[in-house]
Amino acid sequence: MSGPATGPNVGIVARADGIVKDFGGEKPALGGVDILVASGKVTGLVGPDGAGKTTLIRILAGLMTPKQGTVDILGAAPAQRLDSIGYMPQRFGLYEDLTVRENLVLYAELRGLSKDAQEPVFKRLLEFTDLARFQRRPAGKLSGGMKQKLGLACALVSTPPLLLLDEPGVGVDPISRRELWAMVAELTREGIGVLWSTAYLDEAELCDSVYLLSEGELLFSGPPADLTGAIADRVISVTGFADRRRLALTRALDRDDVIDGTLQGRAIRLLIGAGHPVPDAAALDLGPETKVAPAPARFEDGFIEKLGGGPDGTSVLAASYREIPPSDAPAIEARALTRRFGEFVAARDVSFTVPRGQTFGLLGPNGAGKSTTFKMLCGLLTPTSGSGSVAGFDLRHSAAQARGALGYMAQKFSLYGDLSVGQNLDFFAGAYDLSGSDAREAIERVTEIFELGTHFRRNAGTLPLGFKQRLALACAVMHQPSVLFLDEPTSGVDPVMRREFWTHINGLVRRGVTVLVTTHFMDEAEYCDQVTLIYRSQQIASGPPDALKARAGELTGAADPTMEDAFIALIEASDADREEAEAA
Amino acid sequence: MTRFNPTRLRAMIVKEIWALLRDPKSRMVLILPPLVQLLIFTFATTLDVKNVDIGLIDRSGGAHAQELVQRIQGSPQFRDVIALPSLRAMEEAIDEQRVIAALIIESDFDQTIARGEIARVGLVLDGRRSNAAQILAGYVNGIAMGYGAELRPEMARRSGGSEVTHWYNPSLDFKWFTLPSLVAIIVSVAGLAITSQAVARERELGTFDQLMVSPMRVHEILIGMMVPPMLVGMFNGVLFLVVAKFAFGVPFTGSFLLFLLAMFIYQLALIGMGLLVSSLSMTQQQAFLGSFVVTIPLMLLSGYAAPIDNMPDWLQVVTYADPIRYFLIIVQGLFLKAMPASVVFHQLWPMAIIAVISLVAAAWLFRARME
Repeated sequence: MSGPATGPNVGIVARADGIVKDFGGEKPALGGVDILVASGKVTGLVGPDGAGKTTLIRILAGLMTPKQGTVDILGAAPAQRLDSIGYMPQRFGLYEDLTVRENLVLYAELRGLSKDAQEPVFKRLLEFTDLARFQRRPAGKLSGGMKQKLGLACALVSTPPLLLLDEPGVGVDPISRRELWAMVAELTREGIGVLWSTAYLDEAELCDSVYLLSEGELLFSGPPADLTGAIADRVISVTGFADRRRLALTRALDRDDVIDGTLQGRAIRLLIGAGHPVPDAAALDLGPETKVAPAPARFEDGFIEKLGGGPDGTSVLAASYREIPPSDAPAIEARALTRRFGEFVAARDVSFTVPRGQTFGLLGPNGAGKSTTFKMLCGLLTPTSGSGSVAGFDLRHSAAQARGALGYMAQKFSLYGDLSVGQNLDFFAGAYDLSGSDAREAIERVTEIFELGTHFRRNAGTLPLGFKQRLALACAVMHQPSVLFLDEPTSGVDPVMRREFWTHINGLVRRGVTVLVTTHFMDEAEYCDQVTLIYRSQQIASGPPDALKARAGELTGAADPTMEDAFIALIEASDADREEAEAA
Repeated sequence: MTRFNPTRLRAMIVKEIWALLRDPKSRMVLILPPLVQLLIFTFATTLDVKNVDIGLIDRSGGAHAQELVQRIQGSPQFRDVIALPSLRAMEEAIDEQRVIAALIIESDFDQTIARGEIARVGLVLDGRRSNAAQILAGYVNGIAMGYGAELRPEMARRSGGSEVTHWYNPSLDFKWFTLPSLVAIIVSVAGLAITSQAVARERELGTFDQLMVSPMRVHEILIGMMVPPMLVGMFNGVLFLVVAKFAFGVPFTGSFLLFLLAMFIYQLALIGMGLLVSSLSMTQQQAFLGSFVVTIPLMLLSGYAAPIDNMPDWLQVVTYADPIRYFLIIVQGLFLKAMPASVVFHQLWPMAIIAVISLVAAAWLFRARME
């Protein structure tokens, strides 16, 4: 493993060697981890949920002591250097009932900043975070992005040489995320050493050096380009195949030389295993029009290779799933759905139809109205006006039938943690009207497909993350619904699990299942046939992902915009339109 | 789809029972603590006054005064009669709580009796311990009356007097009173605490939405949530009955079937209130505090701690909404006086009305708070 790109001990603000931490689980939370944080650089601590990121950050901040290993912050133990450490925990640490300014004052007093010194610091920080307009607003009433900015400001009331940020990008939309990165870049110019932890692998590419953590083990450390460089010529983008794109992806993934693949709008993106020649169009055998082009490697590709590649393309779940009968009637329909909470309109006139056997994505920043729309369609919220239907059942008149026809999987693990895997399956079988031999067969089927047998008697809450994900999907599809509702289904899981999940979903879609997904993961958006972008309670753009990207290209002039670029460009265009309208 | 789908209902009930049994927090409050409470409270809430010391200022020193003092000394309720030389000494003795009361016999006590007139004694009581002091005053009064009746039987008859017989509890054993009441009180605490967690637990775990998007109907969910606390309550109720009868010898003279029926309706009323609290709470902690807020007034207004007749009129009206009030009467009646079915039913229907109102309100709130 190569060392970080900094010279020996020059400008090192934090150093930890051989850190072991054990919470009594099967595996230690950290199994001998080394890390260096250099001044004036952004060091990325990257890994899925449960990798040990927070534990390591808390050890560096002096909030926890390791079982083994040494920690050195500017030449001393963390406890002696508390004044040199700025720390922003995952859950803000803000006082939600205090205003923006009161939070700043509180942290300034905690840091022992004198009254006279406070004012210039606040002025600078409020300007820096662009929160000056919201000084009197309670922190609890800020959006996710603004809370993170305020959290960052509170961590910066005294300028520390070391800044530890625990997942500052979680729950923050792409625009606020870019602003946060811009702020951090400015801090590094002042010489601050920043440790940025994240589960979003695209953020890793923005760091100067990266520590990739998985289940308490370091998989990689060094500049991100070292990881992507190793696979640079093995990533290809394939277009023009004869089959439908999901079938093409399945066939490609089932090849021995392809270790990973994803849908990218109309294209598929493949990672070829080391030691295999990169196949040409003829070798892929996906039709006469097929074109193969090299594609830029991403950090995620490198991670997947380190984890031993993604799953095959064929979903066992889909193979045993019933065929949903073809129908011309839309599987999901929203007709001018509107929801008000008092004066506030959370969703206004949202309309779309999803034909049978398609994946539809609801995108948008947090609090923009995508969750409200999602909840109205799955019957958790009654629309103030407008109507909707799921699997042909009107939500107003036959809500219970509609609920019986859909499967639901939420972002947070929402099964019964104190119940065993088997008891959870029993319950959800019964909740969806499966009884007797039907229930037994359904439970046996999903137990086998998702390999839950060895964990059958274990409490669901103590399962490893990947199995929780599988159990949640198992519970959602046991009754073989024709419509699936997924609420940010793969937030924080490692990329191999995410591939496995989408392999199942793509397989089900090919069986005729219709999927509605909310996400702010842009690569999940790429799996959708159609997306709609909801911003400030309204749909601002709808269409296939490629069409949205093309429109963003027209707006910004960028050659090959990503989905995230499209997201940002479309929202900025909407803001500009609104400001123009208000000015007029 | 039928109104009651047995598959879904069964799944919900089984899940709720597992949730209760497998959650270490709720398992804690199920059976053992209520039983321990029953045993401890039985001894702690004694209403008898025994082994107390009483002060004496005897300014008479005559034979009748002596006799009266000896009778007091000989009574099992008193331990010592402490002679006090002066009023000043008496003040100190009461102030320091060496004695709970002091008897003052004036110097003309013997002469008055000798003249055949009615003699009087003074009794000073420690008002800080008003309950015990009142009971003690009763004892002293009884002894004095008894002595007076012996001396002048015709006087006692002329002034009326009373022959006291304690029906249903002839030996005035306090356990006969407290144990049946404790059955009502402790079952209510456990029932409210368990039920109030049900909806709040789903919200806190994040499983609430998952439940609401399933075809499960609101009434199926609520019935599923009612079954485990009902089972625990019925089990505890019967267990307490057995303990009271066989471990403490409290007679159970009424009908066991009536007891079960009353217990069932009582539990329904409590569970309705617990579900109301639960539907209002977003977290289990709120639910726990909520159940506490409800339990204390229910207990205080039930007539267990203080007689309802002593409360101001408006508060007496409030007690009609308290299910413990009715069950307390039933359970005491069934234990001690073989309360007949017609009288039991007279107390049952108000509880049934409370059950219906609270359950309907809980279901309505459950729906309303869904969004």
